[in-house]
Amino acid sequence: MESPVVYFKDLFSGRPRIKKAGDPSVSDITSRQRPFGVMVRKEVADHIRSWRFIVLLILIVLTFVGAMYVSLSNLKAAVSNENDPDRLFLYLKLLTATDGSLPPFHIFMSFLGALLGISLGFDAINAERNNGTLIRLLAQPVYRDNLLLAKFLSALVIVAVLFLSLSLLMIGGGLIITGVRIEGAEFFRILAFVILTVLYVGFWLSLAILLSVKFRQATTSALTAIGIWLFFTIFYRIVVNMIVRSVFPDPNFMTQGDIVFYNNVILDLLRLAPSQLYTDATTTLLMPSVRSLGPLTMEQMAGAIPSPLSVRESILIVWPQVSGLLAATAVCFALAYFWFMRREIRT
Amino acid sequence: MENAIIELEGLTKFYGSLKAVDNLHLRINAGEVFGLLGPNGAGKTTTILMMLGLTEPSGGTARVCGFNATSDPISVKRKVGYMPDSVGFYDGMTAFENLSYIARLNGIPAHEVHHRVQEMMELVGLGTAMHKKTSAYSRGMKQRLGLADVLIRQPEVIILDEPTLGIDPTGVKEFLHLIRQLSRQQGITVLLSSHHLHQVQQVCDRVGIFVGGKLLAEGDIHKLSQNLFAEELYLVTITVKDTLPDTTAWEATLLQMDAVRKVTASGNTIEISCAENITPRLVRYFVEKGFDIMGVYQKEYGLEEIYQRYFDNNLTENVSHGKSSGLFQRSFFRKAAH
Repeated sequence: MESPVVYFKDLFSGRPRIKKAGDPSVSDITSRQRPFGVMVRKEVADHIRSWRFIVLLILIVLTFVGAMYVSLSNLKAAVSNENDPDRLFLYLKLLTATDGSLPPFHIFMSFLGALLGISLGFDAINAERNNGTLIRLLAQPVYRDNLLLAKFLSALVIVAVLFLSLSLLMIGGGLIITGVRIEGAEFFRILAFVILTVLYVGFWLSLAILLSVKFRQATTSALTAIGIWLFFTIFYRIVVNMIVRSVFPDPNFMTQGDIVFYNNVILDLLRLAPSQLYTDATTTLLMPSVRSLGPLTMEQMAGAIPSPLSVRESILIVWPQVSGLLAATAVCFALAYFWFMRREIRT
Repeated sequence: MENAIIELEGLTKFYGSLKAVDNLHLRINAGEVFGLLGPNGAGKTTTILMMLGLTEPSGGTARVCGFNATSDPISVKRKVGYMPDSVGFYDGMTAFENLSYIARLNGIPAHEVHHRVQEMMELVGLGTAMHKKTSAYSRGMKQRLGLADVLIRQPEVIILDEPTLGIDPTGVKEFLHLIRQLSRQQGITVLLSSHHLHQVQQVCDRVGIFVGGKLLAEGDIHKLSQNLFAEELYLVTITVKDTLPDTTAWEATLLQMDAVRKVTASGNTIEISCAENITPRLVRYFVEKGFDIMGVYQKEYGLEEIYQRYFDNNLTENVSHGKSSGLFQRSFFRKAAH
């Protein structure tokens, strides 16, 4: 710590000059916009370097490769199936065709996407707090919410890049292997699938961040998030079935209209689970001939030709699901925001 | 007191029913080194957090550099460098990366960051350990890195919460020297909280004694000791060879001297409290009386005694009437101080 003064004289002489420059608007704008970018960059770098992300990346790539292998070996059968109105959508078939040995990629993603979101977010805030970096960070001239937003956005950017590159890889691989040109509709459907997957991961991410604000220990928040995930993937369906059996009347004594009504109620209950929303939406997007997510009556089906829908119509069908996911994400994030802004940050 | 850079007015903070900070009024001038002294849990950290707008006060206002810390924390944080008591860094990154991150967050232009970080690391004596992961850093090294972290933003005010925690004695000396020098040369205001009294005594212009959320006293150390020990600023201890014979006879004569306030004798030592430094006179007196003096020890009340006094007074809830609160306590602590 020798001779600091010589150095500091030079350093601090900058101070009055900055003040005199007297253009607060410019300096304000630059300094307000920059810290957020810096934070996002740092968070992205942190994620990419972390073992956790590498393990998940390997897991997802393996799943992807496995699903692709299965679908490629079944592609010929799927495309030549005369009864399937979707048979001409080669690239969608790549994502969905399976012989039953492995679930298709989008079903896998309803599990793995949740895991990915949880693992990227469960220690977002509490790890910083426990390391003593949170208070140091917040003593910098940054807004408190920028930190939360940076955590959310950085993970989302990584997820988006990951899925986009996987899909593009798939399209490219398909082009090389089959030599079939991709249709515009297929491309948009796959793009919508990617966006939907990112949104789904975003939901779990915001839930995990919420829990990381709430709980002081990273392990507690991770376990709670995994608990919620397990509840929705395994137990929720069982619970709904139990309720239905014990509360709803016997279907043998119901009219056609009642059966449709109760079926809709059951479906609505099931759709409280985010994974159900995601599966519904991706199925509709990747299988153009799916026209409704609920039961259809005979009157509705009458005269319908089993043909694929346009992209716009498919998106219209899944719009409630998309807004449901969006709303759930927004609620979690808003709650995290609310708790974090009023939180005592001392350790 | 025109150019107060930190003004706290009626600052109050409740945690539930616990009053952590109680109606605090404090002004710290630009360029001053102010020491906030207090035992653990006195509310020092809470006060500091409120100055930075990191904790919302339950009442009162904190103004730093002319900005209200609660409503405009960003402007305050641009001017103030804060080093928390348990300073932490991202373990997965090197010290250099940690510091660069903070530099960028503070809007230091990208092309300057490298150069500035490097010089800062050398300044705090971490030049050789710059590219080590911070997980490999010792407590003292982290503390130095924390100082670099504060200084890299060129603050006008530096707030250090227990800054000397975990640094070895030489390091502490250098650290405090550096802080003092910065304050003097650059006119940086420094607020440091501590319970290491003699360290604070070394560097601070003024101190505030903070107990149970209340600022019991503030001022420079000399003034504080004068206020408290107006009656008995000096304590002279004289040790003689033989056990003292009958004391009453000369005790009365001693007490007749102007400055002498109190005489206590036990065994072969005599303790004399006096308002002025009259040690030579006392020695002469005892020599004339024919005592064989083995040792003379004279002490002025320092911060430790001041602190102790305030702290005890507060415990007995007798802040203003320290005198009556106990000859017993006073003589007790005088013995303990030896």
